[in-house]
Amino acid sequence: MSKSITAKDLNVYYGDFLAVEGVNIEIAARSVTAFIGPSGCGKTTFLRSLNRMHEVLPGARVEGQLLLDDDDIYGPGVDPVTVRSMVGMVFQRPNPFPTMSIRDNVLAGYRLNGARMSKSQADGIVEGALRGANLWNEVKDRLDKPGSGLSGGQQQRLCIARTVAVKPEVILMDEPCSALDPISTLAIEDLISELQKEYTIVIVTHNMQQAARVSQKTAFFNIAGTGKPGKMIEYAETSTIFNNPTNQQTERYVSGKFG
Amino acid sequence: MTSPGESHSPAKATEPSNRQEPSHNALTTSDSGGVMGDRVFSGLALLAGVAILITLAFVAIFLSFNSVGAVYREEEGLILRQFLEYAYPLVIGTLIASLIALVLATPVAVGVALYISHFSPPRLSKSIGYLIDLLAAIPSVVYGAWGMSFLGPALVPVYGWLHQHLGFIPLFAGNPSQTGRTIFTAGVVLGVMILPIITSVCREIFIQTPKLHEEAALALGATRWEMITMAVFPFARAGIISGVMLGLGRALGETMAVALVLSPGLLTASLISSGNSTIPAEIALGFPEAPPGSERQAQLIAIGLVLFVITLIVNMTARWIVNRHKDFSGAN
Amino acid sequence: MSQTQQQLTSASVEGPAGPARQNDFDPSSILRPTSLTQNRMPWWTGLAVLAVSALFGAALSSLISFNFALWFVFTAVLYVMISYAVTRAKVNRRQARDKMWKNLVYLAFIIALLPLFSVIWSVTSIGIPGLLEPGFLASDMQGIDGTTDQRSQEEGAPVLGGIRHALVGSLLITLTATFISVPIGLMTSIYLVEYARGGKLSRAITFFVDVMTGIPSIVAGLFGAAAMGWFLGVGNSLGLPLPSRSTMGITAAIALSVLMIPVVVRTTEEMLRVVPNELREASYALGVRKWRTILKVVIPTAISGIAAGVTLAIARVIGETAPILVTAGFVVSNNWNLFQGWMTALPVYIFRQFQNPTSPNFSDPSHQRAWAAALVLIIIVMGLNLTARIIATIFAPKKTGR
Repeated sequence: MSKSITAKDLNVYYGDFLAVEGVNIEIAARSVTAFIGPSGCGKTTFLRSLNRMHEVLPGARVEGQLLLDDDDIYGPGVDPVTVRSMVGMVFQRPNPFPTMSIRDNVLAGYRLNGARMSKSQADGIVEGALRGANLWNEVKDRLDKPGSGLSGGQQQRLCIARTVAVKPEVILMDEPCSALDPISTLAIEDLISELQKEYTIVIVTHNMQQAARVSQKTAFFNIAGTGKPGKMIEYAETSTIFNNPTNQQTERYVSGKFG
Repeated sequence: MTSPGESHSPAKATEPSNRQEPSHNALTTSDSGGVMGDRVFSGLALLAGVAILITLAFVAIFLSFNSVGAVYREEEGLILRQFLEYAYPLVIGTLIASLIALVLATPVAVGVALYISHFSPPRLSKSIGYLIDLLAAIPSVVYGAWGMSFLGPALVPVYGWLHQHLGFIPLFAGNPSQTGRTIFTAGVVLGVMILPIITSVCREIFIQTPKLHEEAALALGATRWEMITMAVFPFARAGIISGVMLGLGRALGETMAVALVLSPGLLTASLISSGNSTIPAEIALGFPEAPPGSERQAQLIAIGLVLFVITLIVNMTARWIVNRHKDFSGAN
Repeated sequence: MSQTQQQLTSASVEGPAGPARQNDFDPSSILRPTSLTQNRMPWWTGLAVLAVSALFGAALSSLISFNFALWFVFTAVLYVMISYAVTRAKVNRRQARDKMWKNLVYLAFIIALLPLFSVIWSVTSIGIPGLLEPGFLASDMQGIDGTTDQRSQEEGAPVLGGIRHALVGSLLITLTATFISVPIGLMTSIYLVEYARGGKLSRAITFFVDVMTGIPSIVAGLFGAAAMGWFLGVGNSLGLPLPSRSTMGITAAIALSVLMIPVVVRTTEEMLRVVPNELREASYALGVRKWRTILKVVIPTAISGIAAGVTLAIARVIGETAPILVTAGFVVSNNWNLFQGWMTALPVYIFRQFQNPTSPNFSDPSHQRAWAAALVLIIIVMGLNLTARIIATIFAPKKTGR
């Protein structure tokens, strides 16, 4: 389990619009990498290109290479669906399926794909995933209740459990705490540090303290102006980015002078 | 048009051919059954959409094909003139009934829509909307029965009075009907039937009036009516027009109410005596009796085609206004 | 009184002293009343005006010949006029105009309710005796002829004959139309929402679906009859064992589908668009294919809205008369076979009983049956509408917590 990600000269387009330009990055397996930067700088776009989710929008395409270990995600004949089953994603707002119970939400990755399994297998997956998401103790007595009945923080952990349940190689998180209160945020951050033992995690965040707390490495993205492509400015150990960044833009951003 | 079967694959198009292919890519080992599922499903969806277009085309084709017999006879060749003489009183009758309906229904419908959107207690406005929608739920044959048995007789004294005092106007000349089964009664029934249609379109538009504009007017000290004329009506003008057009489309094509209410006859200017007929009523009354393949049947299908074309134009105009308005309001 | 003040001020501005005095001009004096309560009238004004107009309305209408309709008309007109005059005299012109339009809007609402209640009242009051006639729902019109009805009207014998065959016909035709329309309509809206990307084809489909909603129902009926006639003609010339006449239940179902499909497309499309994109993305991110996402996430989330929309579509077509009249015709007895022979639907039954009473000279029994059938039809349609609302509210999925 857990694979590394390598981007080589990656450009992401929406139609003719170049959204992200020339990203080169190597993300090690079993690590937490944070993407920071001002709004609209392309970090979410880049994150979504890591599991081809950006293709949901019409006209989206990429140039360059994006390797999952040694396999090109955008290679010929690659099925985006297979990519997504290996690279899971947690979204900005918790989005449990409203028609499913908590249990079915965790099993969604299997159920939606029509996988058959025995009840004991399913129970094992549900318990494992919910324990992995630090949610088991809170919901074990109401697994058949709708997932939408949980609190926001619990819903987000349910979404993480749903992602973990299909045993992906990589987990992408797109500002997973931005809709949550501080206590729930802390719970998610704890969870991230634990998940790191097994998964490669990439997280986009607007909260610089959060990036400092959870990540080993940090990439800073910026944009020159409206209509210009976003670029990765600097990528280094998190402590380096926050304490003595080499790029002046990075320094101005982390010290709160803009963005 | 992108084929929906490739909905996931915009990236494929951009794959540079010079990309170095890894000797083995674990990501390509995918289940082919799932891919087939996507293809089949999107194909079915596309097929359904195309089927609708084909159906509509068939409606036009079949009607045109079957109406040839009305304008062409083997011995005499083209008999267009004969058909026109048959069709024009019906077209005019249809227009008269629909116009009466529009004139009566439009002010009331706009008023009701305003009542729901700006006057009624906010908690009740939704239920009141449902109540008006119930008008649209009543089947047309029931309206026909009501118009024939209740509204018509109730209007007889009105017709008598109109004839007595305004008989010099051609509209009220002629013998006033003693059963009330006149084109005017039919028009009133049609008006009731299109009222909920116009109301619901207007209501939707009125509700969408930008709150900012309304509050700007009120903050200047405008009364509620002044606010409505300053903020709501300019915003909703196109919507009201298209609602009226949709109502007109419905009134033109409505069959049963007219077939039951009106005692049909020759074309006459009088609204209060029996006479006139409309295209849908003519078809409904004549078609079951027309032998298949006969010239009579062809004639009925031909006026059906005429009705189809008229309503098509009316409805397309209405939609065109709505769509233009959509762009307009989006820009603001 | 602002009216007089307004005149005073403008007079003084234009007065002999001329421009020099303009400096003393206080704009507030023409804009607003001097006290905050000045523009209010006592709360009972409206009631008083109503009472006065009702009284005068009664007097005026009895001058002609008193009846309630006339009384209502006079009262309404007088109320609008008097309250305008009172407000104008007591407050100002702007308030008076506001008042007048407000009254007219309320009046429009009342006018719109009149036919609704009138129709429902007439159908229930006349329909109930017929409905209570024993065997009305369980028998058809087989063996009912002029003499039967004559006996009912002249000798007071019970009105025989019923609507069983019409109920069967309506049920079969509407269900078949639903089975044709729902898959096509649902798949089309799936194409429009999930697959089409604003291309020419999808715009054409949207446009023509809109156009299709406006097809007159009688034209749909003609299409059904013409299309089936052509199909049977081709089939028969090939020697296939097909019925020779196109008048049968399935033809009516096809005609109704033409009317039903656009309604289904419009409502389901709306419902599918409301499904949050986040749910689709969550499913994609789990490596679920698009068609499975649509079938197992999008449609279940929207199912209550879709079901409500389909129910409303059924309610619309079950009341259609004209297309069935020209495609399936009418018979007096039961016909369970959609593919052979004429078939009666409930609305056609009502129409025929009114238009061609079983006994032309003794039409009361026919009218009684027709009104009772109309009551049944209204109950069915209203029931379907109610069901749709209940489905839409009760079975709607709970909103995701935010």
